[in-house]
Formats: sequence, structure tokens, C-alpha cells
Amino acid sequence: MSSSPIDRFVGACAVICASLCVVALVGCDDSKRAASVATVERPAPASGDPEKITKGAYLAKVGNCAGCHTVPGGPAMAGGRRLDTPYGAVFTSNLTPDDATGLGRWSADDFHRAMHEGLSPDGRRLVPAFPYTSYTHVSREDNDALFAYLRSLPPVKLARRAHELRFPFGTPVAMAVWQWFNFTPAAELQRSPAEGITRGAYLVTGLGHCGECHAPRNRWSAPGSRLEGGAMPGDGWFAPSLHPGPGASDEPAQTVALLRDGINARGVASGPMAKVVLDSTQHWLPADLQWAASYLSNLPPAPAPSQAPEADPTLRATGARLYTDRCADCHGADGQGVRGVYPPLAGNPTVVQPSVLTLIRVLDHGGFAAATAGNPKPYGMPPAMLSNEEMAAVLTYVRQSWSQRAPAVSTLDVLRSR
Amino acid sequence: MTGRFSLVTLAFVLAMAAGASRSQQASGARSVPDTMAQRALACTGCHGDQGRSRPEGYVPRIAGKPAGYLLAQLQSFRDGRRSQSTMSAMLQPLDDQMLAALADHFAGLKVPYPPPKEVASTGASAARARQLLTVGDSQLRLPACVACHGTSLTGVAPHVPGLLGLPADYLIAQLGAWRTGYRHARNPDCMADVARKLPLEDIARVARWLAAQPVPADASPAARPPGEWPMDCGGKRP
Repeated sequence: MSSSPIDRFVGACAVICASLCVVALVGCDDSKRAASVATVERPAPASGDPEKITKGAYLAKVGNCAGCHTVPGGPAMAGGRRLDTPYGAVFTSNLTPDDATGLGRWSADDFHRAMHEGLSPDGRRLVPAFPYTSYTHVSREDNDALFAYLRSLPPVKLARRAHELRFPFGTPVAMAVWQWFNFTPAAELQRSPAEGITRGAYLVTGLGHCGECHAPRNRWSAPGSRLEGGAMPGDGWFAPSLHPGPGASDEPAQTVALLRDGINARGVASGPMAKVVLDSTQHWLPADLQWAASYLSNLPPAPAPSQAPEADPTLRATGARLYTDRCADCHGADGQGVRGVYPPLAGNPTVVQPSVLTLIRVLDHGGFAAATAGNPKPYGMPPAMLSNEEMAAVLTYVRQSWSQRAPAVSTLDVLRSR
Repeated sequence: MTGRFSLVTLAFVLAMAAGASRSQQASGARSVPDTMAQRALACTGCHGDQGRSRPEGYVPRIAGKPAGYLLAQLQSFRDGRRSQSTMSAMLQPLDDQMLAALADHFAGLKVPYPPPKEVASTGASAARARQLLTVGDSQLRLPACVACHGTSLTGVAPHVPGLLGLPADYLIAQLGAWRTGYRHARNPDCMADVARKLPLEDIARVARWLAAQPVPADASPAARPPGEWPMDCGGKRP
């Protein structure tokens, strides 16, 4: 919260750029979505290797394909979902095996090429809102299983709407330039790693496409390879760093709990991640979750949080008063929350992370933890309805209490993030 | 003597309990009621204690509305048929089971309604409102409101909501939202059809008239409509 104007300018540019590829798993504005008009053409073709189809269905959950390719309440995988990016809107494609509007005429080779090289069968370069930057790591074996699963779905006739990207974004030249500078297909992998940290890495960097939100993007909006956290365009959430925190020895168990149940001893998955937990990670096989968590816990540790200067006592006192009145009933005067019910604010990595975007979104919208098999009836938080000044005060208070010393939050910080 | 002894015992037990509760708080192991009411505190921040709201505000009452209607609205906010950014954001990570549990919770709350704040309209305006509500308008091919929303306008279980006890601004905004395509129900979207046929001035007349009516002591939704359903509505299907 103390950066030079140039830093801020560069930061702002990064955020603005950050998103041709927004993995708008969430964060996208669906309010303009109209009821989809789609027709199921004929029953699902009965052919296909059932084992392969089952595996493909699981992999589609791992990759959360439906998160973007299914309109809520609409036919499965028929696309048509609008994803807003700073470059304009993109509309997801129909993955059902309809000949005219879906993947009906695609071959397994075509599908692999789209996933691995970001190219459609006609040679067109795909917009990187389709995260082939991650999917390029998916093995041929898994792509074939995914394709077999998609082939097994009932074909739905639903033409994809043309993207509404501002000129020149989305033109073939722009896509060629973007791929030239930002994308090299990964080394071809025939079989997927079956176990261990290698499998964890394979899932996190490949189909799980975690980096599309959790890796900071460059000025071309291309995600980097380090999962150090990044601002998500759209509704303005901050995807936290996935590197292990200092001194957290139970990290893998906590990661597994968060991805499986949506809640762990340190906090809850909120905003876009809560939806990812609901639709994807809670369905991961326990072993896959374990390996992904092991991989993440072996990343280089995140730097220890800075010891920021102590906030203005008046601001902190205002924050303390608001906290007692509005927050302490659930989160506790000691910031410990209630295990499995209300997240702690003391020792919660989201509370002290450099960006306050997520905290502001949570206060503005309130929210529930994800309804998962492990936590089927989650507790929730009402919108806090605080002014900019009140929000700055209460956030400063929680960031500087219970031996936490994250930077204070100013009214201007809140104003900028709202 | 026995009485005094029990009082002392009681005081002692209470003191122990208070101490235990304090020490639980200190250790962060406070207990939270495992109830839907506790979970619904996320809703009552805006919709009022027990979801009873207030007639002078905008945020609608949800207490005592038919469960099927509430569930359909929750699903619509989550899935984009209705648009309200906070409702949509809050409901994204919830599945149908959790939404049904919330809907059942609020549907089961029978809390009394406060008297209406709106002043009743009179004369031609009130007469037109009453006509639309009880008879409809055959020229405009509009069925009477009561044909679906119940003779006493308290709704028909489980899918049709009551129209009483709601702020006039809220009613006007909803009819407007249906006209402009901002609010949807499942197809066939009857209310969109009705709202588009209803002349603008009639929307205001009906909303003001409804908002001025006292809610009957028994505000439960009726078990069935007064006659045949006049329209085939997607919102009535489970």
C-alpha cells in the first residue's frame, strides 16, 4: 500500500492486461446471460470404451470444463457462456458431439491439437481464454479419455456466438503475435504420471490449470509459471500465492481439507475458489488431492510477511470498535473463529496477504463456504455494508491484531478496490 | 433450607457454566448452534430478523413464502435468471440441497406482518387495481392475479408467491424487470408475458394498492388456486 506512482502504474497496467486469459471460472459477469436456446439432437451415441469414458468424465471434473463450457441450468458442455475480459467478451464453445455446432466432426487428433497447441482443426489460433497455456501439459492419454467422454454426451445444437473482442484483439494476427511471444507447446507426453509429486505437478500445472489464476500474468496477460498469486480481472478477487507459508508444517493436510471440504483450520475458500471447490476439487480422487497438495507444499516457501509499520492508533481504535460490534460474534474477540464453522482471522493467510482485494469482496458480498460432501450445510456471512472509511479501519485492525503486522489499509485503497 | 441449597447449587452450576463458556471463548472453541437459523444469519443481515424485512424498505420479506417459490428464486439468482450481484455472489458455491434447506427454513417461519405503510389509493385507480387483481382484463388477455396468487393473495403452495406485505417499490421493480428481460423465470415465463401486457400506469396502480393492504392473520399460501390455472408456467414446475 506504499508503492511509487510508477509501480502503481505498472501494476495497474498489469491488472488491465491481465486477462485475455482470465480463467474466468468465475469472476465473469453473467448478468447479461440470456436463457440459452439449445436443442438436444439425438440420444448419446452408445459406442466408446466405457472405462475410457468414465476416466474422461473424471478428468473433465478435474479440469472443471463445465465451469466455462456449461451455462448454469443449461445443457451440459454445450458452451455459450459469456466470459468478460478487459479485451471484450468471449463465448465458450460447444463441446458436445453435434456435427454442425460442436465437436461432432473432430477427431481425437484434432482435440489433442487444440489442448496441446491451442489450434483448432482449421488451423485457427484459439483465444487463450481457453487455457491451453496450462492444458498443453496434459498427456495424449488423458486428452483421448476426455475426448471419448465428450463424444459420449448427447449432442446439443447450439452455435457458438462470435467473440466480441475489441479490435485488434482476437484477429488472427493478434493471436499469432500473442502465441509467438507467450506460448510454446510443452514436450509431448503420451502417458500421465500415475503417482507421487510428479502427478501432483502434472495435475496442478496441467488440467487443474491453477496457474491461470494463481500465477501472476505478464504484460501480455500470459500467466507465468510461478504460483505466487495474482489479481483476477472481472469481479476483482485476488488469487493467493500457493507457495507454502512460513512454519506451516501441516500444509499438505490443510490444502487437502480446503480443496475437498472448502474449509480448513486456517480459513475458507471464498469467491471464485469456493465455486471451484464445489464443481471441481471436491470431486478429485483422494490420492490426486494428496499428490497435488504434496507438490504445492514442496514449492519454495513464500517470503515471511513483512512487519509493516504500526497503523495510526485512531484508525486502529475505530477498527477495533467496529470489529467488536460487527465481527467478533462469529470470528471471536481473539480472531480464532469457530473451527469448521467460521474461519479464523488470526493466522489466516488471506488476511495478511499483500492484496486486500479478496477481503474487500468478502466484506462487500458476504458469502457462504462451498456446500461440499464434507461440509454440506455451510455457514455464511452477511454483506457487511461498511463505508470506505469503516472498511479501511476494520481491515487495518484485523491485519494488525493477534501478532499480525500486515500493512494498514487506507480509505483510498478501499476506494480503488471497490 | 432445601430451597436455599438448590439456589446455591444453581448459582454454582451457572457460575461454572459461565466460566466454561468464557474459557471456551478464550480457546476459540465456542459452540455455534447447528441450525439453519444460524446459517441463515447470512441472509437476515439484509432481509431482516427471521427474514421478516420491513414494508418501508426495498429488500423483500422472505419469511413464510412458499418453499418452492423461494427455492426457484435462489436457483435463479445463482444461475443468472435473476440479477442481483450480492445475491448471485453469495449463492454461487451452494448446491441445490443447501438452497432447498434455506428455502424450507424461511418458508417455515410464520412471523406476523407489520401493518402496511403505504396509504391506500382511492377512486378510479383503486377500482382498476381491484379489477386487475380479481377479474383481470379480457381485452388485454390478462388473467386475474388471484387466479394464480390465491383468492387472498397470499400465494399458492408450493410455487406461487403471495403479493401482500411487499414494498410498492419492490413490486414495481419486479414487474419492470420482467418487462425489460432483467428478471426471468423458467420457461414458459408467464410473469414476463403478464408484465409485458400490463400497461405501465396499471403496474403502479396494482403495486400501490397491494402495498397498502393489511396482510390477513393467516398469511399461509393456499393449497390450490381458486380454479384451473389460467396459464402454464415454468415456475410452477419443481
